[in-house]
Amino acid sequence: MYQVRLWSARHSCALERIYNIINPAVLVFLRATTKIFGRRLDKPITLVERTVKQFFFDCQMCGDCVLSKTGMSCPMNCPKTIRNGPCGGVRADGMCEVEPQMRCVWVEAWDGAKRMKSGDNIKQTLLMFDHRNKGKSSWLKVARDE
Amino acid sequence: MNKNKNIANLGDPLPVLPGHVSQGRFERVLRAGHFAVTTEIAPPDSSDPNEVLIRAQLFDGYVDAINATDGSGANCHMSSLAVCAILTRFGYSPIIQMSCRDRNRIAIQGDVLGAAALGVCNVLSLTGDDVSVGDHPSAKPVFDLDSVSLLNTIKIMRDESRFLSGRPLDCSPNLFLGSTINPFVPPVQNRVDQLAKKIKAGAQYIQSQYCFDLDLLKSFMKRAVDEGLTKNCFMLIGVGILASARSARWLRDNVPGVHIPDAVINRLEGAKDQKAEARNICAEIMQKIKEIEGVSGIHIMAYKQEKHVADVVKQSGVLEGRKPWTPQRIENEVKEKI
Repeated sequence: MYQVRLWSARHSCALERIYNIINPAVLVFLRATTKIFGRRLDKPITLVERTVKQFFFDCQMCGDCVLSKTGMSCPMNCPKTIRNGPCGGVRADGMCEVEPQMRCVWVEAWDGAKRMKSGDNIKQTLLMFDHRNKGKSSWLKVARDE
Repeated sequence: MNKNKNIANLGDPLPVLPGHVSQGRFERVLRAGHFAVTTEIAPPDSSDPNEVLIRAQLFDGYVDAINATDGSGANCHMSSLAVCAILTRFGYSPIIQMSCRDRNRIAIQGDVLGAAALGVCNVLSLTGDDVSVGDHPSAKPVFDLDSVSLLNTIKIMRDESRFLSGRPLDCSPNLFLGSTINPFVPPVQNRVDQLAKKIKAGAQYIQSQYCFDLDLLKSFMKRAVDEGLTKNCFMLIGVGILASARSARWLRDNVPGVHIPDAVINRLEGAKDQKAEARNICAEIMQKIKEIEGVSGIHIMAYKQEKHVADVVKQSGVLEGRKPWTPQRIENEVKEKI
């Protein structure tokens, strides 16, 4: 949802704190389930990830999540799916050049990053992503070091 | 090292000088410390190569390099690669613009090699306009890469002599790598960070979006200089020749990323001869940009005003008497000179 997405970037600092607290526990849980069930639970786990992240970030399930490096604003919502934005076409009021009703996701990202402890991560160059991962779970990928 | 010594024509690559990456004249001009002037050609809607040459001739003796746009505004035209190949054949220094809108990483890497093989020495990495603004809005947008990851891709091909996949190249492309920046639109305070990212990814020169707001440019350049970014990257600032106050307003309202202050439009509106005043404004902005620390050149975008580029450069005096290389000069002078 668009409004929730904007809220998430505005509250990037709180979300980062929550993420830092629950992330280790989630990883332990996912590693344990992988050990016990193999890949049999991949579908429901992916569904949970999709539901949560879609609600908060309009997640597009690119399978290579970079939210922690982009101020909690998902770059895959950019019509050009720019991973190192913004582009040069941002409107004077900060809206997207392609979809004028939408705030530029990268204006939100740089703004969100300012509020985060590890906000400087946005300065890292994000390389192109692997299109084979589209629709797959980023959580499982990280848990399994894939 | 001249890798293509079997091909003998005006567009023969020059030897790579120490500390240079390309075999081209444009890099030589910048590294020699000259104030460079570049402009761009709108590729024709035609298969006639003469149309490219006729457009290029307008700039003879006034520009150091010519950008060939890559489907600018997401409109279909002759390909940038073909325009550059034609220009190279006649000794011009073209800059091939590569946008990520129409090709994926396989096609782009192929074009990078092809461009270098055809003697192109300079490349400009762009993300590109969205297909929705062009004449084929029903086309599929690709955007497999973005301008930063494209810079990184070409840098890997040039410096590590391999494809992204890791497969080695027999001969790496000697390309002078550039990209764009727009310091005049949000997030204004992060545009320097964006510049830093582009330089880290491989940008050796930058051509900016239209500058009509010198105060914004000055604060941007000050931060860039303070952060040491201009030591490793040549900054060419974009300027435009407007046609009239009306067209300036249209440009501001309809072309993404163009910022024109009211003062500029009011000045145009109040002028008797708006076209002449637009050229005066452009020349004045060029003179002022030249004085800003860290700036290495000017990039003139004069869509449908190409015939005025030479006059504006002359009027501004930014070349300080230097005459950029042109195809005509080769008959009289030693080719190796800039």
